[in-house]
Amino acid sequence: MSDYKNLFTGNEILACIDGSSVSTAVCDYSSWIAGIVERPLKLIHSIENNPEAPLVDYSGAIGLGSQDELLSELIEVEQSRASLMIKKGQLMLNAAKESAVNAGVTNVSIYQHHGTLAESLIELEDDIRVLVMGIRGKEHDSQSEGIGHQLETVIRSLHKPILVVNEEFTEPKKAMLAYDGSAACVKALQMVISSKLFKKIPCHLVHVGDGAEALLSEASDKLIQAGIEVTTVQLEGEADEALAKYQIENDIGIMLMGAFSHNKFRDFLLGSFTAKMLEKTNRPLLLLR
Amino acid sequence: MLLHSTKQDWLGNMRGDVLAGLVVALALIPEAIAFSIIAGVDPKVGLYASFCIAVITAFVGGRPGMISAATGAMALLMVTLVKQHGLEYLLAATLLTGFIQIIMGYLKLGSLMSFVSRSVVTGFVNALAILIFMAQLPELTNVTWHVYAMTAAGLGVIYLFPLLPVIGKVIPSPLVCILSLTAVAMIVGIDIRTVGDMGELPDTLPVFLWPSVPLEFATLEIIFPYAMALAVVGLLESLMTATIVDDLTDTSSDKNRECKGQGIANIGAGLLGGMAGCAMIGQSVINIKSGGRGRLSTLVAGVVLLIMVVFLNDWVAQIPMAALVSVMIMVSIGTFDWGSIKNIKKYPISTNVVMIATVVVVVWTHNLAYGVFAGVLLGSLFFANKISHFMYAESHLDEETSTRTYTFHGQIFFNSADRFLENFNFKEAVSNVVIDLDRAHFWDITAVHSLDMAVIKFRREGAVVKVIGLNQASETIIDRFGIHDKPEELEKVLGGH
Repeated sequence: MSDYKNLFTGNEILACIDGSSVSTAVCDYSSWIAGIVERPLKLIHSIENNPEAPLVDYSGAIGLGSQDELLSELIEVEQSRASLMIKKGQLMLNAAKESAVNAGVTNVSIYQHHGTLAESLIELEDDIRVLVMGIRGKEHDSQSEGIGHQLETVIRSLHKPILVVNEEFTEPKKAMLAYDGSAACVKALQMVISSKLFKKIPCHLVHVGDGAEALLSEASDKLIQAGIEVTTVQLEGEADEALAKYQIENDIGIMLMGAFSHNKFRDFLLGSFTAKMLEKTNRPLLLLR
Repeated sequence: MLLHSTKQDWLGNMRGDVLAGLVVALALIPEAIAFSIIAGVDPKVGLYASFCIAVITAFVGGRPGMISAATGAMALLMVTLVKQHGLEYLLAATLLTGFIQIIMGYLKLGSLMSFVSRSVVTGFVNALAILIFMAQLPELTNVTWHVYAMTAAGLGVIYLFPLLPVIGKVIPSPLVCILSLTAVAMIVGIDIRTVGDMGELPDTLPVFLWPSVPLEFATLEIIFPYAMALAVVGLLESLMTATIVDDLTDTSSDKNRECKGQGIANIGAGLLGGMAGCAMIGQSVINIKSGGRGRLSTLVAGVVLLIMVVFLNDWVAQIPMAALVSVMIMVSIGTFDWGSIKNIKKYPISTNVVMIATVVVVVWTHNLAYGVFAGVLLGSLFFANKISHFMYAESHLDEETSTRTYTFHGQIFFNSADRFLENFNFKEAVSNVVIDLDRAHFWDITAVHSLDMAVIKFRREGAVVKVIGLNQASETIIDRFGIHDKPEELEKVLGGH
C-alpha cells in the first residue's frame, strides 16, 4: 500500500477554466468533487503567449532605428492584448467561482498566470489532488471529436489523477473501473477504495477479454472489503468499443482507467487507447498514471 | 537534446513563418553574394553556406526565429586566408570553426557572454555596420556616374517603396529595388558590373565534398588562428542576435544549444562547399518584423534561397552590383544602433569610451573579436576603478596611550592597494598602531601584501602594530574558499562580516 501513498499527496482540487463550452461542466464536476472530499477548489486560467506576430510588415527594409521602433511597437501591441486577455480571464474565473460557491463549495480560490497550461500545472503539481479539465480547449471548440492538444500534453507531463470532462454535469450514480491489472489500473483501484468520492456509489469492475477471473475476483474482494457495492463483468470485442457500449447501456456516471502507458512514438503509430476512449464516451473519465 | 523542439516551435505560426521566410530569403540572396565578394570567393560559396546554415540551424539552433547564414562579420575574417591559401583552406577552416564552436557549446562558454557589457554589444553592432558599409566602397570607387545614380535610385526605392499604400507593406522593397535596377540595366544596356562578373553562381544543388587540403600539422597551423577567430566572432554575433530576438519576441532561448547548433551548421556548410557563417542581426530583425517567430521561418528562408538561386542563376547573374550595394547600405543602416549616438550625451564617459573603443579597434583591425576583447578589458578596468572608490579609512589618535587607530572600510584589491597605503601616516611618531580591518574586504594577494608592507614600515618606525579583524578580512580572498555555495559565508563578505 505504501506505493500508493503519493496518490493523494496534494491538497487542492484544480480546475482548468478556459472559456470553452465544457468549462461550465469542468466547474460543476470540480465543485462536486470538492464538496464530497472537502478540499479547497482552485480555478486556474492560463494566458498563453500567442506565437503569432501581432503586426507584420513584409517590406523587408530596415532603416534608422528599425530595431528599437519594432520593439516599442511590439511592446505596445502585446501589452494591450495581454491586458485584455487578463481581464477576460478574470471575468471567466469570477463567473466560475460564483457557480462553485453557489454549489456549496466554501473554499474557492482563483489563479491566473502566463505561459502554457502544462508548464504552470507542473509548477503546481505538488498541490494538486485531482485535476479537472475539459476534453477540448477553446481552440478546438468547434470540433465534435478528437482530444485537445493541451489535454494530451498535460496527461503526459503530470503524474496526478486527472478527470477529463466532455459533457454537461450529471451527478454520477455508478462508477466503472476498467481493470487489467496494470500498475496504473491498480492505482485506480486503490483510488476507488480510498476516496470518499466512490464510497456511496456502486462500482462496475470491467475487463475486456477472457481469463482474468482471478485478477477480477481479487480486485472485487478488495472493493467489497472497503464496503463498496461491486458488479464484475467480462466483455468481448475491441476494448474501447466494448467499454464505451457498456458505459452507455448501464448509464455509468464516471469511469476510471490507467492512462497513456505507451511512449509517445507508439501512440503516434497505433493511436492511443486512452485517446480513443476519451472520444467515444460521453461521461467523465478519471485517468491515473 | 539538440533536435528537441516542440510542435509549437515549428507549426505554431505557420502562415507568418512561411511568408516571413520568403521575405528573408529574398533579402538573403544579395547579402550572401555581397559577403562572398567581401571574402574574395565565388558568390556560390556564400549562397551554399547561407542555405546550409539556415536549414541546419532551423533544426538544431537554440533560438527559433533567428536567421543564420553567411555573414559580413565572418567574411571579413577570411579575407587574408582566401588570398594567401585559397578556397580549400577556407572550407577546412570552416569545418574546424564548427568543431571549436561545438566544443565551446559543451563547455558552456555561452555563459561568458555575461562579461560582455551592453556598451560592448552596442560597439560591436555599430562596428559591424560600419564594416559592412566600408566593404561596399570598392564598388563605389573608380566607377562611372551610372553606378552612383543606380545606387542612389536603389536606396530611394528601398526606403520610399514601403511608404506606398497597400503594396508598400506587402512586397519587400529590396526585391523591388533589385528587380527594377536589373530591368533598367538590361533595357538601357549600360556597361556596369553585375553579379555575374564577380564569380561563379550555383547551378546545381550543393554536393558533399571534403576540402582537398593536405591532412598535416602545417595545414592546422594555417587554419587554426582563423578558425578560432571565426568561432569566437560567430558565437558572439549569434548570442547577441539571440538576445535581440529574445527581447523582440518576449521569449527565451537556449544559448548553449545555439553554440552547438552554430557549430553543426558550420560543419555542414564546410562539407557542402560553403563558408563559415553565424546569426545575422539585420536579417533576424527583418524576419521578426515580417511576422516570423518559429523554426519554420528559418527553414523556409534557407530552402527558398537555394531554389531561387539554382533555378534563376542566369537572372541573378544580371543583377547590377549597384543594386546589391544599395541593399547592403540598407543593411548597414539597419544594423547600426542609432540610439547609441543619442545616448552618448546621456551616458557616463566610461560607458562611451568602452563603446567607442570597441568600434575603433574593430574598424582598425577588421576583426570583431579584437574589438570585443578590447571592450571587455576596458569595461573591466573601469569597473575595477569604480569599485576601488568604495574604500575609505578613519583614523583616531588616543594621546594618553599614544595609540593611532586606523579603521578601514570597503574593497581592497590590486587597484585600491596603493590608496590603502596612502591612508597611513608613517611619519607620525606613536608607540602603538592599531589597524582595524574588521569592515574591509581583502580580495587578492596584492592587498595582503600591502598590509604586510604597512605593518613592517610601522615596526621600523618603532611602533607596536596590532591588526584587528585580519582573519575575517583575509577570509574574503574568495578564491581560496569558494564560498559561492555557502550563503552564510557570502553574507559575511557582502555584509561586512
